[in-house]
Amino acid sequence: MAEQTAPPVIRDDGPRAKPDAAVVRDALGVGIAVGLSGFAFGVTSAGAGLTLLQTCVLSLLVFTGASQFALVGALAAGGNPFTAAAGAFFLGTRNAFYGLRLSQLLALPKAVRPLAAHWVIDETTAVALAQPSRRAARLGFTLTGLTLYVLWNLTTFLGALGAEAIGDTAAWGLDAAGPAVFLALLAPMLKSATERATAGIAVLLGLGLLPVLPAGVPVLAAALAAPLVLWFQGRRIPPAAREKAPR
Amino acid sequence: MNTMNSMHVWIAIGLTAVGCYLVKLLGLLVPAGALERPLVQRLSALLPVALLAALTAQQTFATGAELALDARAAGLAAAALALVLRAPFLVVVGAAVIVTAGARALGW
Repeated sequence: MAEQTAPPVIRDDGPRAKPDAAVVRDALGVGIAVGLSGFAFGVTSAGAGLTLLQTCVLSLLVFTGASQFALVGALAAGGNPFTAAAGAFFLGTRNAFYGLRLSQLLALPKAVRPLAAHWVIDETTAVALAQPSRRAARLGFTLTGLTLYVLWNLTTFLGALGAEAIGDTAAWGLDAAGPAVFLALLAPMLKSATERATAGIAVLLGLGLLPVLPAGVPVLAAALAAPLVLWFQGRRIPPAAREKAPR
Repeated sequence: MNTMNSMHVWIAIGLTAVGCYLVKLLGLLVPAGALERPLVQRLSALLPVALLAALTAQQTFATGAELALDARAAGLAAAALALVLRAPFLVVVGAAVIVTAGARALGW
């Protein structure tokens, strides 16, 4: 999503200050839309066989959707806890790069950072980076984080309760929610041939290795598509040309 | 619903929670520039692409360790169509769920 944008230019609130109401609209729009998709996670997690408590603890303590879906998917497929957690962890590493951008933009006091860290995810980063000033970015980050955290946990709980009530979640097509969430996160990342080639190779590795490697390992092997594509690109383009080439 | 080893699930939850929190915190604490090397940046942008693509494929076209073509494929096609039409996130997920349920009701 935001990984390849240029470092944000940080401005003081000057002539281009954005009304607080507009920032609130941005934040609530994203927070509510994505927060509601916690239903899909709650249902998927309960359908995968996790208890209500386990499902809710995941949303409370992990709070990064793709990693949560990946973890319950891997556990449902019979993966051992370490490979399942590794897949979820690698998906979460992108948040470190969001944090890097946010720490320059928000300039948070040291004492606040351990708290703010929990809300460093795709959506809060997107809203904060879209703001024209530090004040608006702080407001956008906090409000998006708060709305999402409350709604995501509430809907996770309701989704898991609902799944227990309706029983066979597959009959309702709810097993398709997880892959649809992944696809929706993936689609905006497929900006150039590099991303598409990586995705294509990852699909082949992920499916091709499924019958031969233990559960949970094929998805980690598929992650090797990323360094593979970069290595191949590095061999094709001489370093000097790469410096000048637009990204 | 299948049964799972509860202790295994808790171990996985604990590791994921700690790991995911620490990488989030890392980004806020390291000095700017430490992770700004172009190769690290490009790898971090591509890693989620690879993982999300593999996860999408596995959760659509596999059951356990076996490849399978069933109603989920129709659901994912509906989600892809919704994405092409620039539908909001919830509509994309909803389309996948409804079409999968419909295809399954038709005996797929």
